[in-house]
Amino acid sequence: MDKQELIKKLEEQARVLRRDIVEIVGVGLPGHIGGSCSSADIVTALYFYKMHLDPKNPKKIDRDRFLFSKGHAAIVQYAALAELGYFDKSELKKCKSLGSILQGHPDYRKTPGVEANTGSLGQGLSIGLGMALGLKLDNIDRKVYVIIGDGEIAEGQIWEAAMAASNFKADNLVAILDNNELQATGPIAERFNTNPLIPKWESFGWNVIEINGHDMGQIIDALDEADNVKGKPTIIVAHTIKGKGISFAENAVEYHNGALTQEAYEKALAELSC
Amino acid sequence: MSYTNQRIAYGNALVQLGRENRNIVALEADLGKSTMSHMFQQEFPDRYFEMGIAEQNMASTAAGLSLTGKIPFIHSFAVFSTGRAFDQIRQTISIGRLNVNICGSSAGLSDFGDGSTHQSVEDIAIMRAIPNMTVFCPVDANETGKVVRAMAEIDGPCYIRINRNDYENVTSEDTPFQVGMPTVLKDGSDIAVFAIGIMAVKALEAAKALEGKISLKVINVSTIKPLNAQAIIDMAKDCKAVITAEEHNIIGGLGSGIAQALSKECKPIEFIGINDTFGCSAHSYDELLDYFDLTPESIIQAAQRLNKSKY
Ligand SMILES: Cc1ncc(C[n+]2csc(CCOP(=O)(O)OP(=O)(O)O)c2C)c(N)n1
Ligand SMILES: [Mg+2]
Repeated sequence: MDKQELIKKLEEQARVLRRDIVEIVGVGLPGHIGGSCSSADIVTALYFYKMHLDPKNPKKIDRDRFLFSKGHAAIVQYAALAELGYFDKSELKKCKSLGSILQGHPDYRKTPGVEANTGSLGQGLSIGLGMALGLKLDNIDRKVYVIIGDGEIAEGQIWEAAMAASNFKADNLVAILDNNELQATGPIAERFNTNPLIPKWESFGWNVIEINGHDMGQIIDALDEADNVKGKPTIIVAHTIKGKGISFAENAVEYHNGALTQEAYEKALAELSC
Repeated sequence: MSYTNQRIAYGNALVQLGRENRNIVALEADLGKSTMSHMFQQEFPDRYFEMGIAEQNMASTAAGLSLTGKIPFIHSFAVFSTGRAFDQIRQTISIGRLNVNICGSSAGLSDFGDGSTHQSVEDIAIMRAIPNMTVFCPVDANETGKVVRAMAEIDGPCYIRINRNDYENVTSEDTPFQVGMPTVLKDGSDIAVFAIGIMAVKALEAAKALEGKISLKVINVSTIKPLNAQAIIDMAKDCKAVITAEEHNIIGGLGSGIAQALSKECKPIEFIGINDTFGCSAHSYDELLDYFDLTPESIIQAAQRLNKSKY
């Protein structure tokens, strides 16, 4: 497939995932729409382009691994897993209901394709590092991809992991920072400023790639570029828009974990129809 | 004014305290709109510290503020304010007996949608086990404000457990509150039910349903630590059996404390609580409470079992 075609296909897939997000959240109950939509293009590129996976055999040893360290955005991962056939798409509607295999935050024991329990922010990069080290011990040439949030990186553990990953030269660990400039209570710049990002990560010994996190071409290029980096971990700082793809949710802190009215629900679905 | 939400009652009380004492300061870890600490920020922006999503740093920073004579209140969901910052709370705050006040908001199963990662089933156990720590679980919104006031006055670390959801008050604004003193919400003679938080409401419903059959005495134990053993013994004295009811793991919570207090009394005890499992997601709080048998029915059934057996 030529690159333009591939990009088109992935963009279309991302639209489908965003539609799924809206359908999962439904009407009247809160859902993490904002952070799911800001990660949607990256998640699409990982699951539908980059990662070596086998949905029929989710535990296949020789696979790449994905972790949502910002576990609250799980619904976009659930959408991707369902589209790939890890479980039936009908499960999506049951998300967060009593007894569902799809919990409010990723649950390793309940959801096929989920690699670890996350949801308490700041821990996923360390888990990813452990996986990266384990894969190296077994000489398995696969990567671990971890999406972290720009609010989340206030957690000290992120920086413990950052230091450890460069200490161990974990070049099979790739972090993607969803830099949507919002945390739960408002703009990062006004609430708790985690900037500047690039010099921080560089000084912690990481290879840093900066991209527009909604430009599919840039996303796949960055993921490919990370393959060629040896001796240090890579972080892709992806500039994104929280709520991307749903006009009224874009940059709107209310949709960090907001509920949709019937009207908003229909509007969102309409905007995401082809 | 009668509040039906503990979080709002908490926010109001903190603001009121802030007006009376300029040493009151608040620290938050990006959940101010949930914990309602943002009410304090609106009135006292200079005495409010948004610490970002960094609970451990928040706890130790509060220790430092306290060592300069401030009276800090730190905030997050109960799982994070107790679990994530445990060592910081233990080492400097509790060993040093600092007046740092810890708010565990959205406690128990009350954050029903977010699931196990966000539902605290062990926060009371963790906090109870730390020497010097005082542990409160206000029974309703009315009592919440009184507890907040007491926390500022107690010269040492305190923990308060706050429910996310609305429910009715079972005390009034005039009901006296005394640290360490359990209070009888409804008198009775057959079985004593010691309860905390929303489970006191469930116990009152059970008592009503059993009226004329089994007489339940319902006791609110809003100070979980220090637990007033003599008061517990006195309150259970005329009853032949005891039930404890809590929205928490039955290991290490209220039930464990009551059983220890009554260990020489030779009374049978039934424990209503979460049976050593994590929570899970649900579409409503009530659905989740039902699922974990935190209901008037389970209290009724326990009472019937205890009433039937010959002890
Ligand atoms: C340790 C911890 N503290 C607090 C929370 C509650 N929480 C969930 S999401 C969130 C904000 C996350 O902001 P960011 O990392 O920027 O994510 P995004 O904007 O992509 O949603 C907070 C505070 C949590 N899940 N874990
Ligand atoms: Mg963000």
